[in-house]
Amino acid sequence: MKLDDQEQAMLAGEHGSACQWAIQHQLQVGRMFDAADMVSVSQAHMMADPESLGDAGVAFVEGLAADGAHVAIPMITDPRGVDLSYYLPLGQTEEMADLERRFVAACRAMGIMMTDTCINYQTIMPPLYGDHVAYGDTGVVIYSNSVCGARSNFEGGPSALAAGLTGRTPRYGLHLDENRRATQRFVVDDRPRDLMEWGILGATIGRMAGSYWEVPVIEGIDGAPTSDEIKHFGAAMASWGSTPLFHIVGVTPECRDLGDVEGAGLDARRVAAADLNDLGAPFGAAGEAVDVVVFAAPQLSLVEIAQLARLCEGRRRASSTDMIVCTPVQVYGDAKQLGYIDSIEGFGGTVLTGTCFYQQYAREIAEANGWTRLLSNSVKIVNILGGYGYRPVLASMEDCVASAEAGTVIDRRSA
Amino acid sequence: MTTRLACHVGIGPTVDGVALVADDNFSARYDLDRVNGVFSRPQHRLYGQSYRDVILVLNTAKGGVATAWMLHEMVSRDMAPKALLLNAANTILAQGAALANMAMCDRFTDGDVTGLIRTGDRLVVDPAAGLVTIAERAAA
Repeated sequence: MKLDDQEQAMLAGEHGSACQWAIQHQLQVGRMFDAADMVSVSQAHMMADPESLGDAGVAFVEGLAADGAHVAIPMITDPRGVDLSYYLPLGQTEEMADLERRFVAACRAMGIMMTDTCINYQTIMPPLYGDHVAYGDTGVVIYSNSVCGARSNFEGGPSALAAGLTGRTPRYGLHLDENRRATQRFVVDDRPRDLMEWGILGATIGRMAGSYWEVPVIEGIDGAPTSDEIKHFGAAMASWGSTPLFHIVGVTPECRDLGDVEGAGLDARRVAAADLNDLGAPFGAAGEAVDVVVFAAPQLSLVEIAQLARLCEGRRRASSTDMIVCTPVQVYGDAKQLGYIDSIEGFGGTVLTGTCFYQQYAREIAEANGWTRLLSNSVKIVNILGGYGYRPVLASMEDCVASAEAGTVIDRRSA
Repeated sequence: MTTRLACHVGIGPTVDGVALVADDNFSARYDLDRVNGVFSRPQHRLYGQSYRDVILVLNTAKGGVATAWMLHEMVSRDMAPKALLLNAANTILAQGAALANMAMCDRFTDGDVTGLIRTGDRLVVDPAAGLVTIAERAAA
C-alpha cells in the first residue's frame, strides 16, 4: 500500500506506539482487500460492549490509553453493555459493571465521546453525501451508506479505533465507486405497513443477496419511507445478509434511476409474499406465554418512543411478562420531558439508556431472569438471539404491547 | 497425496490442524456459545459441535461487527479455532483476525472451499503465501 509521509511516520512510531499499532492493523486489513492507499475519514464510531471485549479487549484498550493514545478525529461509541444506573436489577454482576467502567475510563482518556448509540444518524451528526467515515455497528453503516450517501465499510471495534487514532482507513470496499454499483436487482410487490414488516423485507433481501460484497437495488417502493422505517429495513438487511449498502430506486441518493447504479442490465428477482412469509413464519408462537418483550436493535428514536408511549397509556403489563426498552441518552432526555418515559414506566416497562439488549450479556441476563420466550418487533434482534438460548418471536409494536399486557403472544400478522 | 489450494493472501500465522466444514455462514455473536466453545445456534449446520482448535471452513460472514473483538477474546482464553477459511470473508472477520493474530484466508481459485475440503482433512494454512495444503485426506 502506498503511504504518505505522515503515514510513514506513524508506521515508524514517530506518533507513538498506539498510532503505530493502529496503522499496522490497518495495513494488514488493507492488504487483504487490495487497498491501494489510505483515505482520510471525518468521523469514527466504535462498537465495543464488554461481552465482546472481555477482559483481554479491555486490557488492550487500557494499554493504548496508557501509551498516551488520543483520537485524531471526532470519535463516538455504539451502545454500552451495562447501564451503570440499572444493572443489578437486570441480573448483571459487579464484575460486568467493573469491566464497563474500565473501558469507559480508557475511552475517555483517549478523547472518545461516549455517545453510546447505534442511531447516531438520528441523534448526533449524520454524515454527508460522499463523506468518508469509519463506522461500526452494521445498522449505522448501512444507513449511512444507503440513506446518507456516505462511504464506510463495516469497521469492527479494533478497526474503528485504529481509524480514530490515525484519522484514516484503508481505501477498499465501499470507499470505491466501483463497489457501490448494484449487483443484484429486486422488485417488491407490496409496501410494508409497519416497522416489523420493513424489517422482514430488509431481512429477506439481505438473505437473498447473501454476501457483504453484493449491493441490492430495489424497485417497487414508491415514495420515501420514514427514517425509522428505513432504519429497521437496513438494520435487518445488514443483520441477515451482512449487507452494508442498498439502493432504492427514486428514494436513496445515489439511485435516482436504475442507470445511476448500473442496475438496468441485471436480472430482476421478485420479492413475493411467500418469500416474506418464509422468513417471518419461524418467528411465530401465537398463544404461548411470553417472558420478555424487547424494543431495541436499533435503539428507539424519539418518534418510536412516542408511538410506544401512546400504546402504553392506561394499560399495564402482565406480572409474568417483563418489558425492556433501549434508547440513547440523547433521546431519553426529550422523552422524559415530553412525558413518554412516564407512560412506558406506568405500563411497567423499563427504559434503559445507552445500551442495547443483545449487547448486554444476553445469555446471562436470560438465565438470571428466567427469560426464554422473547418477543420483539425487531427483525434484527430475533435473528441474533437464537444463539443465546432464547426462543425469539416477532410481532408488530402494537401486538408486542398487547402481548405484554396479556402475558401471551398476540400476533395478528396473518389477520 | 497432498492437494494445494490457492487463495487470496490472507492474515495471520501459518498453522496446521483438522478441518471442520459446513456450507453455512459465520458470526461469533450469532452462532457461538463462547463460554463452552460450541456452536449454539440451533439452525447452524455445526450446532452442538466444538470449534476449539479446529480449522473452520465456511461460506461467508453473517451479521454484525462484534466478531472483530470476539476473536481476540476467544484467543485470549484459548477457546478459539486455529484458523478460518471462507469463500468470502467480510471486513469484520479480517479485522478480527488481524487483532487476534488468527490465520484467515478466502477467495479460493478452485471454487467453493466448503466443497474442496472435507471435515477431518488435515490442513496447513499459509496466509502470507495465499495457500492451503490438504496434507491428509479424511476418509470419505
